[in-house]
Amino acid sequence: MDSQFIVGIDLGTTNCALARIRSSAVDDSGGIELENVPQLVNPNEVADRTLLPSFLYIPGEMDFAQGSLKLPWDKDPQFVIGELARKRGAENPVRLVASAKSWLSNAAVNRTAPILPWQSPEEVSKLSPVEASSQYLRYLRTAWDSNHPEQLLGEQDVLLTVPASFDEEARELTLRAAEQAGLQHVTLLEEPQAAFYAWLEAQGDSWRKRIKVGDLILVCDVGGGTTDFSLITVSEENGDLALKRVAVGDHILLGGDNMDLALARLLQQRLEAEGHTIDTHHLQGLWHQSRLAKEYLFENSDSKKHDVTLLGKGRKLVGGTIKTELLHEDLDRVLLEGFFPQVQSDEMPVRQRRIGFQELGLPFAADPAVTKHLARFLAQQVQNSPEAANIRRGRSGLACPTHVLFNGGVMKAEALRSRLVEVLNHWLAEEGFEALAPAQVLDAPDLEHAVARGAAYYGRARRGLGVRIRSGASRTYYVGIESAMPAVPGMEAPLKALCVVPFGMEEGTEAQVPDREFGLVVGEPAEFRFLSSTIRKQDHVGDLLENWGTDIEELSPLEVTLKKDGEQGAVLPVRLESHVTEIGTLEVWCVSRDGTQRWKLELNIRDKSD
Amino acid sequence: MIGFWTRLAYAVRCFLAILLQAEIPHDIARALIKPADDIASLPQSELVRAKKEDTRGEESVDRAVQMLGLLQRDGRLIDFLSEDVAAYPDAQLGAAVRSIHTSCRQVLERYVKLDPVIASEEDQPVTVPAGFDPAAIKLVGNVTGEPPIRGVLRHRGWRVKEVTLPSLPQGSGRAIVAPAEVEIL
Repeated sequence: MDSQFIVGIDLGTTNCALARIRSSAVDDSGGIELENVPQLVNPNEVADRTLLPSFLYIPGEMDFAQGSLKLPWDKDPQFVIGELARKRGAENPVRLVASAKSWLSNAAVNRTAPILPWQSPEEVSKLSPVEASSQYLRYLRTAWDSNHPEQLLGEQDVLLTVPASFDEEARELTLRAAEQAGLQHVTLLEEPQAAFYAWLEAQGDSWRKRIKVGDLILVCDVGGGTTDFSLITVSEENGDLALKRVAVGDHILLGGDNMDLALARLLQQRLEAEGHTIDTHHLQGLWHQSRLAKEYLFENSDSKKHDVTLLGKGRKLVGGTIKTELLHEDLDRVLLEGFFPQVQSDEMPVRQRRIGFQELGLPFAADPAVTKHLARFLAQQVQNSPEAANIRRGRSGLACPTHVLFNGGVMKAEALRSRLVEVLNHWLAEEGFEALAPAQVLDAPDLEHAVARGAAYYGRARRGLGVRIRSGASRTYYVGIESAMPAVPGMEAPLKALCVVPFGMEEGTEAQVPDREFGLVVGEPAEFRFLSSTIRKQDHVGDLLENWGTDIEELSPLEVTLKKDGEQGAVLPVRLESHVTEIGTLEVWCVSRDGTQRWKLELNIRDKSD
Repeated sequence: MIGFWTRLAYAVRCFLAILLQAEIPHDIARALIKPADDIASLPQSELVRAKKEDTRGEESVDRAVQMLGLLQRDGRLIDFLSEDVAAYPDAQLGAAVRSIHTSCRQVLERYVKLDPVIASEEDQPVTVPAGFDPAAIKLVGNVTGEPPIRGVLRHRGWRVKEVTLPSLPQGSGRAIVAPAEVEIL
């Protein structure tokens, strides 16, 4: 591939960003630049921004004046994407698609069916989560192409980030969205790793002085809508430091938006107690102002309070104005105690799911305590791991990081970072380790763009300029085998799970499933049930399991149709072979007994309720 | 007689200017046209200028409405100015004004770049140079003598450095400072 640029794209839940680097760069430092994304910020007004809010508004005929949505490259766009979409969507939510990425990983719905905006009236023409993600990428591509007409984005080397917690289906769907958007050379990268690459880039060569063999780095990424954890070990290889991503957390739908809404609700209660009536319009205003007030108070720790003013509606502006204050104590109480409470390392988050506040369909985290989610991650994600020996662990088995790297807009607040470090230090002390010194808290310089920058850095590292984090499958994958038992009416034959991809199986490697052949009928579609586990890390290729309780969950099935000339209907014995590809996906292949013929199994993603 | 290269440059520029803008560059006209010709050509060039000013006048009205629209959209300035605030207590007024001030200021920062006319400290001595522009510098107090004159800077003045307004809306939208809002229940 001969592209002029290496482009990192952060396809975020609430914001997208794009960073680029010339592929002619000859060393591994500097040169990464953020790309401006022109977007409508008001009707008739296009402005450059380095973030593209991941909001898509489907305009109806009654929404905007004619010609007011003109973009430099499109006179009459079908959708509004970016800042204006977010603004207008707050006024008319039934036409707004938000959090498309969270829908992409929500297996409870059909992700290729037009379901977004969720539960909006029939007259709104809807999009699938894949299409919505694809529209963001298409927008970025078109914006890029108008900036660089000689180097179209479709021809550049693109690194696209996904949450570490995305399973194979969500990764596959992300790739499909990229393909639909016209991006041809796409490699996936996990976001926490991208954040770590951004730190490496900012450090230059001196990173080798900051970490040493045996260290364990916790990446803690709290964005607008999601929370994502990863662990990276530092070991030695051929005399140089080697980095490896050894654990990833669950997909937690919990982020800055929840925090701002919690503050808005508090102010709402306060105003209502004073006898004011707060409607949805007011609440929107409170939400927005709570965020501004929060950011102000976090940046100015000397200030005790910040005014929050809601101007009167209509012409009674001064007369209808109501005012309240956000106090520093409120932040302590709502954010520190509510979202970052000091908990013991064995306090696990509440499992039961509550009804989400934004969109009913998304499985929002039931427990808002980020620190409890972290406790669960450190306690459970390293259990049974083949990497256990390289992970520093305490008396109770808890993974005990030696460094922490923060990422995501929420972690911009120093108060929240220090609370998290404080909680970690408390756990470390109990596990018999020393507290983290300030130098062990690694700060990425620009938390909002770090993921895009880090992705561009990784693209260069893949070409041999710069250090790479080794990583492998973030889950264990199985194919289901129905037991050969006499059929019992009304009962499904019990399912066994055959491990085809072990946890941590490295990128660019392949594995044969030993001692097992399947007889497939040539010319007829064959289906394999496909399962995964984030918990069972001890299984090896070829292990056959029964009775796994809730440790394994089922994904969409794998399908293949064997084609072989002149042998229609014949039964052919095949073996299974799995690959973890360089672009960050899995492949399972059927291989004929003599090894001369191969057929790839395709993930058939569909609605499980079908 | 003007040199050949200058004439060539003039000829090319005139050719392009007449073709693209239907006028002769002013500096060339001044350099070449004799007084008698000047009088003869006056009605024609006057006409062009008048027509141009006419459309510019319309556009500047639209831009003025647009500026009010921006101050209203983001800062609610028109609502504020048209409300009778006499009856409200200072605290109520103050609460609203802080918010209006913040957002109107953001509008200014975003669309209009302002520089002081004289960028030095107020209440400090300054020298007004010879040939100064009375539109940019106003002399007050005991105004006698010839510039350069020394005085004390009482107000730094404001000068627009750059205006970057969004494109104008189409048609009737140009007269709208704020749309009426109707909530569908």
